[in-house]
Amino acid sequence: MTVSKSVWKVLEPRNMELGPREGNKPHTHWRYAKDEEGIVWLVLDRSGESTNTLSEAVMSELNTVLAEVQGLGAKGLVIRAAKEGGFVAGADIRDFRGVTDAGEVEARMRRAHEIVDRLADLPMPTVAVIHGHCLGGGLELALACKHRIAVAGASFGFPEILLGLHPGLGGTFRLPALIDPIEAMTMMLTGRTVHTKKAKALGLVDAVVEERHVKNAVRAAVAGQTKPSRPGLKGTVLGLGAARRMAARRMRAEAEKKAPKKHYPAPHRLVDLWEEHGGDTRAMKKAEIRSFSELLVGETAQNLMRVFFLREGLKRLGKGESGVRRVHVIGAGTMGGDIAAWCAARGMTVSLTDLDPKAIAGAVGRAAAFYDKRLHSSLDRRDALDRLMPDFEGDGIARADLVIEAVAEKAEVKRKVFEAITPRMKKDAILATNTSSIPLETLREGLPFPDRFLGLHFFNPVTRMELVEVVAHDQASEKALARAHAFCGDISRLPAPVKSAPGFLVNRALTPYLVEAFTMFDEGVPKETIDEAAKDFGMPMGPIELADRVGLDICLEVARMLKERLDDPMSEVPDWLVKKVEAGDTGRKAGRGLYAYDEKGKLKSDEVKVAKGEEAPRADAEMADRLVLPMLNTLVRCLREGVVADEETVDGAMIFATGFAPFRGGPLHYARKRGVEEVVVTLRQLEEKHGARFAPDAGWDMLKG
Amino acid sequence: MAEASKTKPTQRRRSPRRTSTAKPAARGPSGVSQDRARPVYLVDGARTPFLRARGKPGPFTPVDLAVQCGRPLLARQPFAAEDFDFVILGCVNVIADEMNPARVAALRLGMGDAMRAFSVQINCGSGMLSIDNGFRMIEAGKADLVLAGGAEALSYAPLVLSSNAAAWFGRFAMAKTAWERVAAIGAFRPDMAKPVIGLERGLTDPVTDLGMGQTAEVIGHIFGIAREAADAYALESHQRLARAQAEGHLKGEVIVSVARDGTLYDHDDGVRPDTSMEKLAKLKPAFEKPYGEVTPGNSSQITDGASWVVLASEEAVKKHKLEPLARVVDSEWAALDPSIMGLGPTLCCTALAERRGLAREDIDLWELNEAFAAQVLACLAAWEDEEYCRKVLGLEAPYGAIPRDRLNVDGGAISLGHPVGTSGNRIVLHLVNAMRRLGLKRGMASECIGGGQGGAMLLEVV
Repeated sequence: MTVSKSVWKVLEPRNMELGPREGNKPHTHWRYAKDEEGIVWLVLDRSGESTNTLSEAVMSELNTVLAEVQGLGAKGLVIRAAKEGGFVAGADIRDFRGVTDAGEVEARMRRAHEIVDRLADLPMPTVAVIHGHCLGGGLELALACKHRIAVAGASFGFPEILLGLHPGLGGTFRLPALIDPIEAMTMMLTGRTVHTKKAKALGLVDAVVEERHVKNAVRAAVAGQTKPSRPGLKGTVLGLGAARRMAARRMRAEAEKKAPKKHYPAPHRLVDLWEEHGGDTRAMKKAEIRSFSELLVGETAQNLMRVFFLREGLKRLGKGESGVRRVHVIGAGTMGGDIAAWCAARGMTVSLTDLDPKAIAGAVGRAAAFYDKRLHSSLDRRDALDRLMPDFEGDGIARADLVIEAVAEKAEVKRKVFEAITPRMKKDAILATNTSSIPLETLREGLPFPDRFLGLHFFNPVTRMELVEVVAHDQASEKALARAHAFCGDISRLPAPVKSAPGFLVNRALTPYLVEAFTMFDEGVPKETIDEAAKDFGMPMGPIELADRVGLDICLEVARMLKERLDDPMSEVPDWLVKKVEAGDTGRKAGRGLYAYDEKGKLKSDEVKVAKGEEAPRADAEMADRLVLPMLNTLVRCLREGVVADEETVDGAMIFATGFAPFRGGPLHYARKRGVEEVVVTLRQLEEKHGARFAPDAGWDMLKG
Repeated sequence: MAEASKTKPTQRRRSPRRTSTAKPAARGPSGVSQDRARPVYLVDGARTPFLRARGKPGPFTPVDLAVQCGRPLLARQPFAAEDFDFVILGCVNVIADEMNPARVAALRLGMGDAMRAFSVQINCGSGMLSIDNGFRMIEAGKADLVLAGGAEALSYAPLVLSSNAAAWFGRFAMAKTAWERVAAIGAFRPDMAKPVIGLERGLTDPVTDLGMGQTAEVIGHIFGIAREAADAYALESHQRLARAQAEGHLKGEVIVSVARDGTLYDHDDGVRPDTSMEKLAKLKPAFEKPYGEVTPGNSSQITDGASWVVLASEEAVKKHKLEPLARVVDSEWAALDPSIMGLGPTLCCTALAERRGLAREDIDLWELNEAFAAQVLACLAAWEDEEYCRKVLGLEAPYGAIPRDRLNVDGGAISLGHPVGTSGNRIVLHLVNAMRRLGLKRGMASECIGGGQGGAMLLEVV
């Protein structure tokens, strides 16, 4: 007996409750119809887009339909989305890009507020029915309704802060009025998404139902039978200025740790807003519009929006059909194990193999711990672990669509692995190496199918770093590369196409930055000061800490390889680094590198404090230039040499692989903003002072003009 | 069945019931014409290490175990997991979260939403019953590929409320008013708080109220099995398993399992290679104090484990270019007085061999599940017992002695443990692997079954 494997796929469209199927009054983006109970179902289905976002057109049409609905004598109004993915993903950021006139933004925001207020002021019961994502402007729309019903699986959040903004369509006052103000501020300050269960607990939604009960739940809400959540005692206390001031002080301190005010003004503006006007809706509204408009035209927000579009651009490269369902990972070290765990979490069927059974078991243990933290239900955790098969015999190879090799960085070892596995691989399977330093041209020697061989270079930690360098070489087939890009999309990673060249893009650019830090350390600058200079510039962590995190052994290997294979002028690798690696102090993974770490990999606090005396040189801008400009210089060289196609890929890759100061919009964008000429002049000065390694690359000329 | 009509239906049957021992007739036991019956092959199989229950739930539930050994087994097949027609799983102590564990396992193994799966239960024979079910389906042309297994996590056996405690709780939960509730609380008796260990009840025959160990005491006594003989048997079981482990005879059959905390389980951990006659002699009787002779040392161990075998038709073998390990030739089930359930194997094995026209010497290798040393030895003694063979087995002469070097050659449930729903599957799988290693042709796997039954399966290496 064969049963269609997609019975549910056939029936699924019937599951969604969108109100009456017939007699809808269509507009471009919205449509509505009154059901037999007299409830109007207003459905958003933004035309020409797969996701609902709030553009100016969508908002002004909402204004029109709200006016029409008011005349229908409806018993109640339901707002929901027709898109499979969710309710509304937020404002259409394309509308905000490149705006410079705060006054004009203010006028636009005031109009948008009027429309949302119109919804909030409707006399009849209004119900937002929310499935999937409900973010930013979408959540503000939902907050303007009297009731919110969540379909299980819905998630809510204000991600504006990640774009250097805060909510601008009433979120700053409607959310604290609805739920515990501290929780509300936390949501807005962190940009974190809350899932259905938490949303119910917070009182963000009145009810959580399954799709099949939406209609009954709407009726109950319209009939006034659902109990809306009450704001607790905390809300009342925080109505008092003194209590708010105390809470605000704590929030500022927290925000400063994650997002220093000089780089990220938005969180601090949000706290100001709430401290000053909390509880006073009218004042909050006015202040929110002004603050939002000022932030929007500011450099941080515009740069972070650039980052958003850089991500969208890389995501587009990951579209398409990968044909990968089964992944076989060879090597259960940190990288291999984490790659396997991540792939399984994203739905791939994974086999993980290693010569050492204990390494495989350890990787499974790490995966389970990661799933406990990151996957929301025990069922998801179980399924992810079920998909991650410890493969002691390497049997997964035979059915794998993609084989990822992550064994020791030795060409001989890798080639031996290839020799053993290639006869067992499927005819159309892709073989990928996670090498960071061995040329693909060396590794492909003797391969029966160099066309299906390529590089998939992940970054550590795999679960946090979104970028994957997809490494091409002149014998790799277009088809295999396209499939590899699509695979990155399948597992929610961002592919950056790079050519096979020493260090590819990211490590090649990172190495001069790290080696310069080592040189400064040799010159007697305390490591803490070096790290502080980089952090002042906006890096998430300093180069010394980063080197520890990457692993000093890997740094050493990559630096030696680059020195050997490139004629880029570079500092000598210091002797102490070699000695440290030989002694096994390879960084965080070993518990000791340049800093010391506890078992959990946290910095030991006594280590951080040393040498922070008055005598030590202060971190300054010149120090930052010495670290950052060689990185920029190398990136320009890579661009000139064609290692990477364009500036967007460079900027995206550095941000999503290394966390390069996001508010600066990417390294090359930073150079352009600072002025290419100015950067070149500074490099020349550094060259005079410190040596040829700072000599500006010829590629800077391409960026001029 | 001709015998059935001889007994009065109102009276409880005392004589053992088994299938006619007549030679293969036009129709076999499954109702399929023997000459039309399709050959059925066992092409692969794997199990988890058997893990001793250590007084608390172990690292794996029954289905977790089935997934642990099922994933690599499926991964090494040349066909897709979706290509199976049925999944059948034997499991006795199904946990509440895993009703129809066969289907739960099939889905968790990624065999597809359309995979049909059912669970079977005949106590200690469940893992063999699953093979028998798949065997008969393929034989009858109703399936080509069947995944048949057994899974059991005895460490998960629940604490059960006594029935009067359960009744009290029901009354308390139903109480609507405060007054009713107070009255209900007043009806509570302290002894209700004492939970019944589910496992203990599970290992007690519900009809005769005899513990399984007691049934071993009964037949040990009947056939004069001395404590020393039982202990010696147990000692050898441990030594045989230890040797098999050391020499790598279990490679491919036992698949390493990994718990979610990253712990590696790579061998049957009940084995005690350092045990001795002196140590075994010190153990106190476990079931009938103070004079009983069945001790924890000469009984099977309480254990968690799972096992699967892949069954295939001739067509499936050709289609997927499989290399069969053995052919499943025939199977037989028998039943008798529950208080002497340990003799079950003598009934079904003899009947099966007779039907196939096989003498004792024609069977090259035996797996007889080691529920208790005294029970295995009682079966062996029964086969040499003139009266038993004549009156019970219907043989003209004693069946004869089964050479010890042809029986449970790599140890058994005494050293490995006895996850009840799994053991029947394991002995079939291991019988096949052992025959291939030793270059033997024909083997019999059999187990006694709590409740008074026995199961046997005949296999031939191809």
